[in-house]
Amino acid sequence: MSKKSKPKLAVWKFASCDGCQLSLLDCEDELLSVAGFIDIANFPEASRAVSKGPYDLSLVEGSITTPHDAERIHKVRRQSKFLVTIGACATAGGIQALRNFKDVKEFTNIVYANPKFIDTLSTSTPISNHVYVDFELRGCPINKYQLLEVVNAFLNNRKPNISPHSVCIECKRRSSVCVMVTKNIPCLGPVTHAGCNALCPSYDRGCFGCYGPKETTNTSSLAEWFSSNGLKNDEIVRTFRGFNAYADAFRKESEAHE
Amino acid sequence: MNSKTIKVDYLARVEGEGSLLVKIKDNKVKDVKFKIFEPPRFFEAFLRGRHYTEAPDITARICGICPIAYQMSSIHAMENILGVKIDGQLRELRRLLYCGEWIESHTLHIYLLHAPDFLGYDDAIQMAADHPETVKKALELKKTGNDIVNLLGGREIHPINVRVGGFYKIPAKSEFLIISDRLKWARDAAIETVKWTASLPFPDFDQNYKFVSLSNPNEYPLNEGRLISNDGLDISINEYEDHFIEEHVQHSNALQSLKLKEENYFVGPLARYNLNFDKLSTITKQVANDVDLTPPMNNPFKGIIVRALETLYACDEALRIIEQLDIPERPFVDVEPKAGTGYACTEAPRGILYHRYRIDDEGIIQDAKIVPPTSQNQKQIEDDLLKFVEKNINLQKDELTWKCEQTIRNYDPCISCATHFLKLKFEND
Repeated sequence: MSKKSKPKLAVWKFASCDGCQLSLLDCEDELLSVAGFIDIANFPEASRAVSKGPYDLSLVEGSITTPHDAERIHKVRRQSKFLVTIGACATAGGIQALRNFKDVKEFTNIVYANPKFIDTLSTSTPISNHVYVDFELRGCPINKYQLLEVVNAFLNNRKPNISPHSVCIECKRRSSVCVMVTKNIPCLGPVTHAGCNALCPSYDRGCFGCYGPKETTNTSSLAEWFSSNGLKNDEIVRTFRGFNAYADAFRKESEAHE
Repeated sequence: MNSKTIKVDYLARVEGEGSLLVKIKDNKVKDVKFKIFEPPRFFEAFLRGRHYTEAPDITARICGICPIAYQMSSIHAMENILGVKIDGQLRELRRLLYCGEWIESHTLHIYLLHAPDFLGYDDAIQMAADHPETVKKALELKKTGNDIVNLLGGREIHPINVRVGGFYKIPAKSEFLIISDRLKWARDAAIETVKWTASLPFPDFDQNYKFVSLSNPNEYPLNEGRLISNDGLDISINEYEDHFIEEHVQHSNALQSLKLKEENYFVGPLARYNLNFDKLSTITKQVANDVDLTPPMNNPFKGIIVRALETLYACDEALRIIEQLDIPERPFVDVEPKAGTGYACTEAPRGILYHRYRIDDEGIIQDAKIVPPTSQNQKQIEDDLLKFVEKNINLQKDELTWKCEQTIRNYDPCISCATHFLKLKFEND
């Protein structure tokens, strides 16, 4: 890399909690090495310095919830050679997509003293609804090692090695006992995208779908299983309506039980 | 005549999206706005209709830097409704988890977000070129805090192991002991951090503040206590809304908090430190004496040293808890929903975080109110900016702009947290 100029990285924030971009600063052991190979050109949370675009790699966190942001994402896309969305907000609309199932005016009135000051869209939508996305990294929050893998793949001009299978597979790999079969705890593991290393079942709780739906889901079969184990319809709706509520497979399943 | 406009469209090295506008005309400050333009996400609205057991995981998503603060405030508020009191080792473990968040959040702020201001760097990566060992040590110290959160919470960001009534699972004592060796190193690193921050150049900027924090007779406050101030406030948490109101101003997507008497007030490390110094551990008090930084401490720029002292305390307290740890037989106590309203306030790294919930017999949330520390500090931040600019009106524009940014960063503002709106009128529960 020495002779060539380093590729430029930009990190952008839309409606989010900052957790996914913080994952980069949570790479305590790797941060300085990564900074040796890539020029952090625009990352406001970490630096005052801003270099002008175009950027070779843009990491986008957060969902689109305001008219201003719906415009801004196009500007980001125009300045970015590769655009990678990071986290459930950017890939599925996030927890704030719960507004999509309600009347946003009612929401505004619940929490606003002066609703007229607020400019908000009635939905929270993923970045891919607005612009072309080169790669989506899932999770609420993302797994920082997967983020390093994405950056590494980009630097070496290869496809990121991120498995699309279910949390169940990870669970078996780490030899956790199935919480659903042995303890009757509702678990979204069979329909949820891998990435967290089946964390929740290893702490004796069911998966609650941080990484969103896996590639080919059979949510209705799982929902039937939930029903036969005593979960009521409203509980099933809530189970699918979490941090990836607006991801297609989860949205359709939750709507089927309303 | 000196007239200028200072404008920062996107504040750097803070959490979230904020901007700054200062208008100076004929040597007078005409207008100061610390603007929050983070899009609203409506947490209080969509919490309605969710189950009370979901509140810790949902509210954690308000902030990726201090999710544990949200988890702790929400579980304590729910336990307040259910009449459950968590004592003994479970209470100690919650304290330990919170210490982990304080260590990682404070260290992130001290070294990566704030110190570059004092030394004239744009960021910590630049700083690392000249001070590689300092930045490496900072990352290692931050990681130690994250190790606690990882072990007891499952992961650093949005931990999954916290529940109303306790934890889902408690790791074996041997796993905690592995961390305690690292914590001994971290405690020394924190002492060095205190000394290093104390050696930074500080502007002379002592102010008269109203400090507000939790207070507890036997310990430095984290998860519980009464709310006190340096001007005589002493109330229980369920009286919070009788004493503090919020206002919604046009230039901000966050509600600002005011005491009923229409005064600004100050929450966070400086407030805690001034009001609870005597509850700090022996070593922390000793190091504070060594650097000659005992209360009263009224210079917000020196908040960076107080964060370092709190980091030292958190390392020391985490070590104490692990040494005395006796793993409880069950990770949680059983809880059953019942209708009612509950209140809690805990000390997030940035200051008091207030939660109130009303649930029905089934445990479904009917109403939620959350007041994060940054909304409470917002008025105070604007007041500091006004006074700082008045005092330094003749500085060159670039330098004054940077100093204004630093004045905001003194508070380690967390803008994702601050962005949400609450009703001004009080509802009769």
